[in-house]
Amino acid sequence: MSVKLLYFASLREALGRASEELGLPQGVATVGALRAHLAARGEAWAALAEGRNVRAAVNQHMVGADGAVQAGDEVAFFPPVTGG
Amino acid sequence: MSERNSFHARVSVQEADFDVGAEVGSLHGGSGQVGAVASFVGLVRDINEGDGVTAMTLEHYPGMTEKALEEIVAQARERWALLGVSVIHRFGRFVPTDRIVFVGVASAHRGEAFAACEFIMDYLKTRAPFWKREETPAGARWVDARDSDDSAAARWQTAGGEHAAESDELSWEEVERRR
Repeated sequence: MSVKLLYFASLREALGRASEELGLPQGVATVGALRAHLAARGEAWAALAEGRNVRAAVNQHMVGADGAVQAGDEVAFFPPVTGG
Repeated sequence: MSERNSFHARVSVQEADFDVGAEVGSLHGGSGQVGAVASFVGLVRDINEGDGVTAMTLEHYPGMTEKALEEIVAQARERWALLGVSVIHRFGRFVPTDRIVFVGVASAHRGEAFAACEFIMDYLKTRAPFWKREETPAGARWVDARDSDDSAAARWQTAGGEHAAESDELSWEEVERRR
């Protein structure tokens, strides 16, 4: 089972992709753990490392690092919002 | 309370422009209970961070954007006795003076309408998934979020929270009595 990942705005440009399907790695059950897993890809992916200014939404609701992630979820990462 | 049923909300995320006069004019929703309509319109400016801005592109997260705006409207309703809310936010490419966002609130009295309108804008600025990319003579750049927007939203949880508690005490019966 996998999760659908979405990237927006400057993060999408830095990573060079808008979305991907990812088989949920063993032991990854939170947004924070997923960010650490992705950041470990290296280079531009370090933008997702802990402490970097990235927001996350699971199934289109904003959550913090302890937000739960499970197979089938839509998980989005993006910079702080600037609408209005 | 049957009066609650007269509440009407409209949330729209769209590329097309909107007619401010028509939006303000329709906010009473045909209800004679509405005594106040407050509105805010956000426009594209031609300068930011000291640089000229020739155009701007607004990106959003389709699906989540609508949910986030609806959630903000629901929170405003929990704080104030509102009779109507309209939130319209555009996406796409714009030039200075173009309209970006409309927030309109209808209520029995002006206090609720003014406060809820400002609350919705403050929360929208920090919680609705939109991102601005500016075009300047030096090239294009993503706009950074402002700390002042975070503090504007946060004040509704502190000092504004007390204000909200006061407003919550303004029950529907009280609103009716004051008419």
